[in-house]
Amino acid sequence: MSKNLQEELNRWEKTTLQKVISKSPERQPSFQTTSHIEMKRLYTPLDLQEMDYCEDLGFPGEPPFTRGVQPTMYRGRLWTMRQYAGFATAEETNKRYKFLLQQGQTGLSVAFDLPTQIGYDSDHPLADGEVGKVGVAIDTLKDMEILFDGIPLDKVSTSMTINSTAAILLAMYIAVAEKQGVKSNVLQGTIQNDILKEYAARGTYIFPPLESMRIVTDIFAFCKDHVQRWNTISISGYHMREAGCTAVQEVAFTLSDGIAYVEAAIRAGLDVDSFASRLAFFFCCHNNFIEEVAKFRAARRLWSKIMKERFKAKKDESCMLRFHTQTAGCSLTAQQPDNNVVRVAFQALAAVLGGTQSLHTNSRDEAYALPTEDSVRIALRTQQIIAYESGVADMIDPLGGSYAVETLTNEIEKKALEYIEKIEAMGGAIKAIESGYIQGEIAESAYQYQKEIETKKRIIVGLNQFQVEEQPLRDILKINPEIERYQKEKLARVKKERDNIKVKQCLAVLKKAAQGTENLVPPILEAVKTYATLGEISDTLREVFGEYREQ
Amino acid sequence: MRSLARRILEGDIRAASRLMRDIDDRIPSALDALKELYPQTGRAYIIGITGPPGSGKSTIVDKMVDIFRKEGKTVGIVAVDPTSPFTGGAILGDRIRMQRHATDEGVFIRSLATRGCLGGLSRSTQDIINVMDAMGKDIILVETVGVGQDEVEIVNTAHTSIVVLIPGLGDDIQAIKAGIIEIGDLFVINKCEREGSEKMERDLKMVLEMSHKREDGWDPPIFKTEAILGKGIFELVYGIYRHKQALEQSHVLEKKLRERAKATFLEVLETEVMSRFIQKIEKKDQWDHILDELIKRRIDPYSLAEKMMAEELKDH
Amino acid sequence: MFRYLKIGVWSLSGIFDLDLGRYALCSMLLAQGGFMNRKIRVLIAKPGLDGHDRGAKVIARALRDAGMEVIYTGIRQTPEQIANAAIQEGVDIVGLSSLSGAHMSLFPKVVQILKEKGAEDIIVFGGGIIPVDDIPLLKQAGIREIFQPGTSTEDIIQYIQENVKTTGISKSEA
Repeated sequence: MSKNLQEELNRWEKTTLQKVISKSPERQPSFQTTSHIEMKRLYTPLDLQEMDYCEDLGFPGEPPFTRGVQPTMYRGRLWTMRQYAGFATAEETNKRYKFLLQQGQTGLSVAFDLPTQIGYDSDHPLADGEVGKVGVAIDTLKDMEILFDGIPLDKVSTSMTINSTAAILLAMYIAVAEKQGVKSNVLQGTIQNDILKEYAARGTYIFPPLESMRIVTDIFAFCKDHVQRWNTISISGYHMREAGCTAVQEVAFTLSDGIAYVEAAIRAGLDVDSFASRLAFFFCCHNNFIEEVAKFRAARRLWSKIMKERFKAKKDESCMLRFHTQTAGCSLTAQQPDNNVVRVAFQALAAVLGGTQSLHTNSRDEAYALPTEDSVRIALRTQQIIAYESGVADMIDPLGGSYAVETLTNEIEKKALEYIEKIEAMGGAIKAIESGYIQGEIAESAYQYQKEIETKKRIIVGLNQFQVEEQPLRDILKINPEIERYQKEKLARVKKERDNIKVKQCLAVLKKAAQGTENLVPPILEAVKTYATLGEISDTLREVFGEYREQ
Repeated sequence: MRSLARRILEGDIRAASRLMRDIDDRIPSALDALKELYPQTGRAYIIGITGPPGSGKSTIVDKMVDIFRKEGKTVGIVAVDPTSPFTGGAILGDRIRMQRHATDEGVFIRSLATRGCLGGLSRSTQDIINVMDAMGKDIILVETVGVGQDEVEIVNTAHTSIVVLIPGLGDDIQAIKAGIIEIGDLFVINKCEREGSEKMERDLKMVLEMSHKREDGWDPPIFKTEAILGKGIFELVYGIYRHKQALEQSHVLEKKLRERAKATFLEVLETEVMSRFIQKIEKKDQWDHILDELIKRRIDPYSLAEKMMAEELKDH
Repeated sequence: MFRYLKIGVWSLSGIFDLDLGRYALCSMLLAQGGFMNRKIRVLIAKPGLDGHDRGAKVIARALRDAGMEVIYTGIRQTPEQIANAAIQEGVDIVGLSSLSGAHMSLFPKVVQILKEKGAEDIIVFGGGIIPVDDIPLLKQAGIREIFQPGTSTEDIIQYIQENVKTTGISKSEA
């Protein structure tokens, strides 16, 4: 059959196609994805001759999970609709959470402000101007109690975008749950806890890489025994993609980081099957629809192979790449912001067709500020329309078997693997980050992308074509600058009311643990319960571990 | 109004920075300030540090500054980065690794682009070092990439020259042989936790042993550092002090100073003499004529130069 | 002043055109700049705790490709660090990038410290995620221009070239 097909294809090219092309050439001499994969005019079974269905695609819920990680996918349960939210104070964010839950959101996702993410209290000089700006400010357990007031922690799943201070925030969450009478072993949620990509792209690191990796693996070990249903890490390509890398690089750098975590955990004495099923991933979904769908499928297959072949994982769950997706913030334009609703809808659809486990859809006004309630509602409705109206959730991996999608899946996997091998040759992700290789690759891609836009090689509607005279958006969320003062006062009050001797004792115990090798999570948990501040705990660790600086 | 030089000597940072800019931009008035500052220079201890890109020079400098500052010494840093030959622009990124010293008044950091021309990198670096010297900096660290002619010159004029190497760059020893052995007073193998550092140390030792004995009897030591963690930096600084002591106790310091003075003077003289002749040609608008004559072989460049010199001497 | 700026060798008696011999390449480079060796020097800095440096890095690269000398400070800089770096580096202009919403308190502080240190001639501009309503306030505080998302690097290059030219020359004449 395939020989016939080849002949038929040749014939078509020489006759039907040639006739048209000779008169009116195609729009461009060549077409490329964002990862510079050359796209063919037409994909046919000839492109998939090497494919072995059972080996390469298999069935949903079975390795290599190309078609999805659950046997029923969205026919069983829809993805978790999880809007990332948090701003100003715990009081205000608590209100937003209740609004979102009321609107039908099914999980919470906490955004913390930068001082909280980098281990500074709201009254630290470096927190100046940053308190409550990109997320909620958390200084002590008190703030966390307010944040989840009236929200039953045994009923919701909570995702926290927190990395270098992840152990502290997780400890606070456990402590709040305890006060609600909820045991830690029923808690569900995720901490991002992916420090490597912070060095590569996002920048909220505190400690040097090795010390940071110790905290990460301490969390793995602690959760394995005490918070069994918690996703202990969300290995994130999102921020590297936002920083400018391509889809292929996103897969490669993320999985390289994943390899580094698995190795670290094994080195710390954990059995691969004891923690691997709690690893989660976090990807971006950008504009190039087919490439993005293929990217998710390729990532799943590649990770499954890595876990099986390299780490000899025995359980299937250890080989599952489960992931959260957020639509691409960097694709939003300040120009004609309503167009962003459309962009987000396509990106969200690609994520769903790619088999995501949870999804955040960006709001149209995020090129200006944090989103308003109205904008967030549209973003959430976008997901609901895909889920309930489009029909794509009613069958599993509907694009599976498409010649184009399968070919791109293969190509992305192949190219990502080449990158991963290159990084391995450098000594792994940590070394590649320390030497600046990954940062350099990201910066290079970002620059190329920008140049393509400026030379109009890449058209962004409303930005470099189809522009209109317009007034910039004014109706945006404003953070009251007074909240910095309010937060500082609240912190001062807590510090006055707590048992300061107990705080000191707990911090001394933590310091000792840091100097030694014991797990850091239990002493951190004890410290947060005494209302020791996030800054105090971080400073205690800074004294022992030192601080990392940009290279 | 006080002169720029006066203001610099009185500690005006802004004035110093402006003069450095004028030096870099070759603004003629800068020379007046340099003349005025010259008597006030010659007090700083100058340390040159060179090595391939990515070898961790800036990080080493950054950590050394901690030690110098703890000892109460003030520090000037000149960080030289290459100019892109295609665009004439440059990204000067060494500062990132030292930026935490930006609020320390005892530290002054200046990034310099090679600007790829006039063979004048060593000259403007030297001038900028002089400004920092006049500002009263006790120690001046000059960081350059690679081992080009200019870099070698810069490092050569330092009191102590440090060559930084890292394992795993492939033809390490080839690079070492290519002229760098002679200029290093101290050698650093940075990122020494990496594979290949032992071998590198052995190879380097061998090359050093085979090279000529130095006239001052100084035997260049090798230091292993992991600069990012601050490991080995104290030893390195101590090594600099030992070298300083050895220099001062031998006649080599005197010789170095004389060499440097001579090089600077000759460079200035060359420019001056040449510019005088060129000015003359320009004034008379003779370029086209001269070039025609040369191309048509009606005169040779040697005789022409002789003739112009003779005329110049006669005029005076 | 322009008489000097045209040319290539620096000496006590002035600057002379030397587009010959071993200086040929150099003079060519200088002539392209229009002002011989005077190059625009720019500091690109990220004040505050925000780690999103994509924009800052893209701009740095674009400015370099436009022939400028760019000093990049890296992330997590305090206004003091930025102002001191600007002064020590003798830059003409400082570009601040912030996406975290801290611009209202951090940008004006950079301007203020520069002023305190007698360096108010250094132009400060900014970019990032900055609500329109904040722009007049920032301009009032001395930030000369604010670039919003979607600005092309060409626009920024042009802005710098137009604004630095005049101050650059008058400074060297002073």
